[in-house]
Amino acid sequence: MGTILRLAICILFLRGIDANCQSDMVEIKGGTYIPLYGRDSMQVTINDFFMDIYPVTNEEFLAFVNKNPKWKRSRVKKLFADENYLHQWETDTTLGETQSLQAPITNISWFAANDYCDCLGKRLPTIDEWEFAAMSNEKLSDARNLKTYNEYILSWYEKPKTFNNEIGSTFKNYWGVYDLHGLVWEWTYDFNSVLISGESRKDVDNDSNLFCGTAAIGATDLMNYAAFMRYAIRGSVKANYAMKNLGFRCVKNKK
Amino acid sequence: MEDPNNKKMIIKMKKIIIIFLVLNATFSSCNKEKSKEEQVIVYQCPMQCEGDKTYQEKVSCPVCKMDLQPLTNSHSHKIESAGISETSIFNLTSKWKTEENISIELKDLKGKTLVMVMIYTSCKAACPRLVADMRNIEKKIPDSVKSEVQYIMISIDPETDTPERLKSFAIDNHMDDEQWTFLQGNINSVREFANVLAVKYKQISPMDFSHSNIISVFNPQGELMHQQEGLGVDNNETIAKIIESTK
Repeated sequence: MGTILRLAICILFLRGIDANCQSDMVEIKGGTYIPLYGRDSMQVTINDFFMDIYPVTNEEFLAFVNKNPKWKRSRVKKLFADENYLHQWETDTTLGETQSLQAPITNISWFAANDYCDCLGKRLPTIDEWEFAAMSNEKLSDARNLKTYNEYILSWYEKPKTFNNEIGSTFKNYWGVYDLHGLVWEWTYDFNSVLISGESRKDVDNDSNLFCGTAAIGATDLMNYAAFMRYAIRGSVKANYAMKNLGFRCVKNKK
Repeated sequence: MEDPNNKKMIIKMKKIIIIFLVLNATFSSCNKEKSKEEQVIVYQCPMQCEGDKTYQEKVSCPVCKMDLQPLTNSHSHKIESAGISETSIFNLTSKWKTEENISIELKDLKGKTLVMVMIYTSCKAACPRLVADMRNIEKKIPDSVKSEVQYIMISIDPETDTPERLKSFAIDNHMDDEQWTFLQGNINSVREFANVLAVKYKQISPMDFSHSNIISVFNPQGELMHQQEGLGVDNNETIAKIIESTK
């Protein structure tokens, strides 16, 4: 009998450890804001939600692949990931020589990222949620009008290979979230809601609002440019693309 | 004689264990797949240094030192090539409801050429023209292959477009014959499917979406053959592709 009891406790204990493996999250207090692009300059209301503090790491994704062999590089279906999927890994289950376990996972498709979050009972953030959390700097929940905030983002665009840096190597923002800017681009759940082909033949509306930045000077221009880059990336990728500077993190609804 | 207290204890223990089993089952839905899949993985040297010898672990070949490759990979590919390929949309496992309120998976549509479009029924702007484009395509398909082609309209507004609503839309638009199928998914399956089709869409108000106008043609194995982009464009190429893929 004692053995069974011990076993049961052991299982419980392991469960606990297992749960801790899930990366930590912090709460983002929702609110109303006007995203720069994408929703016709309308106000968007965000509900409270939890966001991963860090992007998903190589180590975490490796564990996921080990648990879910269908996401191994040699087994993934082309429908769900192009040939760049986990391209830089040495084998199905080992990282490349120069890769750090604590660097953000990149070269993963939207399908893989989506399934990863799903498996943890989480989901990918929507564009609006991601942008909402990412408009803060260290001190302010909305720092978009600050020159320093925008310069930081733009200077990152000029730095090469930041995807090799480890998580936590950028700043901790107002919400306690790291690396929204400065490390990698991140997948969003509804990235395919950005319509910027600009060709009205294909799209119902060519989303002129997207290009229609406010005619201001200084920080606003920088701000538009920094955000425009993110929307442009989202508008140009397909869900099976795997890119070396595109990673992800998960969020969860607040119950 | 057995101690009755001990017996009670055993019953209690059994209960606890059962609770654990149930908990384990609920927590490990993603892992279930793992155990099923992992059972079948065996590894083999890619050079087959030791003939057909296989290993349970992914180690390196004792002869040539190369990393062993999972054998199940090529094995399962074989099974699939008889059924569906890697690029087939039948790999999607999401569940859908038809306008007749029948639950299906996409692979249930296997065997016919599929012409697919994403619409929503409350749409006033582009959808009527997209629907007209679909009807025009259907009209031009020769009788000899008509029964080989299925036309699928997938709603991007699954909350509004219930099977009942899709059914009445079908009737109103004279698309209630057997060759027309309307599908209601859920928010996630629709997003996923749009990603497979590279269709972009967003909700711009509670009633309205903007979306790419793309008609996609899939062969009977669910592989994408052609996409027609735009409204009211020349559909000759699309029709040629449809006829070609029925052969």
